[in-house]
Amino acid sequence: MSGLSIIPPHRVFKGERMSFLNEVDRFLEFDVHDYLAGVTLDQVAVSLNKPVLNRFDFLNLISPAGKSFIEETAQRARRETIQYFGRTIGMYAPIYISDYCVNGCVYCAFNARNSFKRTRLTLDQIEDECRALAATGIKHTMLLTGEAPLKTPLDYLEAAVKIMKQYFASISLEIFPMDLEDYTVLNRAGADSLTVYQEVYNRKIYREVHPWGRKADYTYRLLTPERGADAGFRSINIGTLFGLGDLYQEVFLTACHARLLEKKYPHVEIGLSMPRMQKADHAISPRNILSDFQFVQFMTALRVYLPRVGMSISTRESAPFRDHLLHLGITRLSAGSKTDVGGYSMETGNETFQFDISDNRSVDEVTAMIRTNGYQPVFKDWDCI
Amino acid sequence: MNKNSGIQNTADPLSLGGQIFNSRLITGTGKFSSRSLIAPMLEASGSEMITVALRRVDAGAEKKNILSYIPENTTLLPNTSGARTAEEAVRIAHIAKAAGCGDFIKIEVITEMKYLMPDNYETLKATQILSREGFKVLPYIMPDLTIAHKLQDAGAAAVMPLGSPIGSNRGIKMEEIIRIIIEGIDLPVIVDAGIGRPSQAAHAMELGADAVLVNTAIATSSDPVQAGRAFAMAVAAGRMAFCAGMAGEKCQASASSPLTGFLRESA
Amino acid sequence: MEIQLNGSIVSISACNMDTLVHEQGLDPRSVVVEYNNKVIPQREWEKTILCQGDVVELLSFVGGG
Repeated sequence: MSGLSIIPPHRVFKGERMSFLNEVDRFLEFDVHDYLAGVTLDQVAVSLNKPVLNRFDFLNLISPAGKSFIEETAQRARRETIQYFGRTIGMYAPIYISDYCVNGCVYCAFNARNSFKRTRLTLDQIEDECRALAATGIKHTMLLTGEAPLKTPLDYLEAAVKIMKQYFASISLEIFPMDLEDYTVLNRAGADSLTVYQEVYNRKIYREVHPWGRKADYTYRLLTPERGADAGFRSINIGTLFGLGDLYQEVFLTACHARLLEKKYPHVEIGLSMPRMQKADHAISPRNILSDFQFVQFMTALRVYLPRVGMSISTRESAPFRDHLLHLGITRLSAGSKTDVGGYSMETGNETFQFDISDNRSVDEVTAMIRTNGYQPVFKDWDCI
Repeated sequence: MNKNSGIQNTADPLSLGGQIFNSRLITGTGKFSSRSLIAPMLEASGSEMITVALRRVDAGAEKKNILSYIPENTTLLPNTSGARTAEEAVRIAHIAKAAGCGDFIKIEVITEMKYLMPDNYETLKATQILSREGFKVLPYIMPDLTIAHKLQDAGAAAVMPLGSPIGSNRGIKMEEIIRIIIEGIDLPVIVDAGIGRPSQAAHAMELGADAVLVNTAIATSSDPVQAGRAFAMAVAAGRMAFCAGMAGEKCQASASSPLTGFLRESA
Repeated sequence: MEIQLNGSIVSISACNMDTLVHEQGLDPRSVVVEYNNKVIPQREWEKTILCQGDVVELLSFVGGG
């Protein structure tokens, strides 16, 4: 099996801690499609009945043979999720404070070469956004920017976090990767979580779609979740942007990455998202489309493989689809989201959004839907004392 | 054909402290009715590592050293039994090494004398000190994932969670926690204490333990040589079953698709 | 001369470690000697001169699990 052992080799030597950087190439070299094609129905059944799954069991669940077991996988995903998280759904919404960006991501509307009127909120405007979003009842938020450290330097971000902290119980950073020391500053200022998507784990495609700019550094980005955990964030969210790379290789690498983080940082909550790429203005189209069926097969398999990992679904997904996913193992839903800078409090007239919102329901509407389905919406499950 | 074929598996060796072992059964030298049984027990079981302890000599104690009963090619695993603090364990480790026992040391610190539960806190402290000094440390612990992680960070060569209270022969009562430790850390996990029958040793190996340590059950059986071989076979069988990936108990699948039916409607 | 031997204060006539081990009736091959917190190999026993107040542990490997 191309040197990929089921039983992890005991790689940890004195003084040397594991890192995903040491493993990523081993997983990338593994021929996922060759393996998936050989999976039998019996193998899927065996994997599905194991108390604890290994990475090959995960692959079995996402294989073509695994399609026949999608209902059984979903049943188990639901059971495990209720066991670990109860019938609760965490509510959150993002705040975009700047769309300046120095990167050349060929799939993103914020691409530096895409010309549109860029905005960076003043601290007062950030406070207006906080006030407007907090009024909807949201208590967990995410702070988002493009990658432009000169426009949004550390002291600006630190001040932004401190303002947000007055309005929200939990702040997750979804900004450009930073050094450990900078994360420590923002963590002390009140940000408790970090979200950073690798976008694509395949090194060749990563180079193609990040041709220049700070983001072109694959390794620095890959190690960001580990720097975040070392800096003291209590929750780390990762993911791949489905559409850039091969769907199966990417979900496999995502699962392995999450597993390693969970193992290396037992005190940190690891979370996953499964963003599906949309065609943005002046950007490339998705190279591979993740169908709804594959989305559910991947999501439920991730859930069964990693039952303690959180799973967030953003408003990129449509309202009916999100309503179905509620029963399949998601733990967090965003609601009432605006994905443009100043979207909550300003008459922006913005035409450039990071992604188009498919689920336009208000926080109250999503909350009512969650209750109707027998789950409890949770606005605040964390508060740093 | 090697007489240990079938119970030693050279294709699936155990790497422990940088050393390769073909047997996943570690044995002990305590409680034998006759110490001359140790060598034939090792021969029959294929066990390549055995524990010894260090004590003050009493006048009138048996003259011959236990080491003279252990074949040369066996790796010695001195333990720190009798230690009640990290400092005492460290001292015993130093003496054992100076006396020629090699780099392996099983840390055993016990302060609770009714059930003889290991003191995880003192054990961690001793592991931190001895790992830094270059010992290959095998700490005997009450199963606890947090301690296992800290031991891993401290440089332990393995962790040795107890299966049930020492000498109780009750098997793997700590199953759920041991399973979590096996899943959660990247060090070999050696189940120590409480294994009274070969089926219990197989059980530990089926869970994914990397090795087991069995002393009392072999030493106090009517025929330690046969018992040693029986344990070796059980350990090999349990390991093989783990590697083969046994099917679990079946959960009932339902005919209808209440959760995923919407995917077919839309397809 | 009094030394601390295996935890007890005892009066001895032996002046070096080799003599002490023999006086205790022990087989030298089976004994580990710790002298003032340091292990002394057998070849150095004879030149290890005992003094008033020394701490000596005579140890041996025994069966254990």
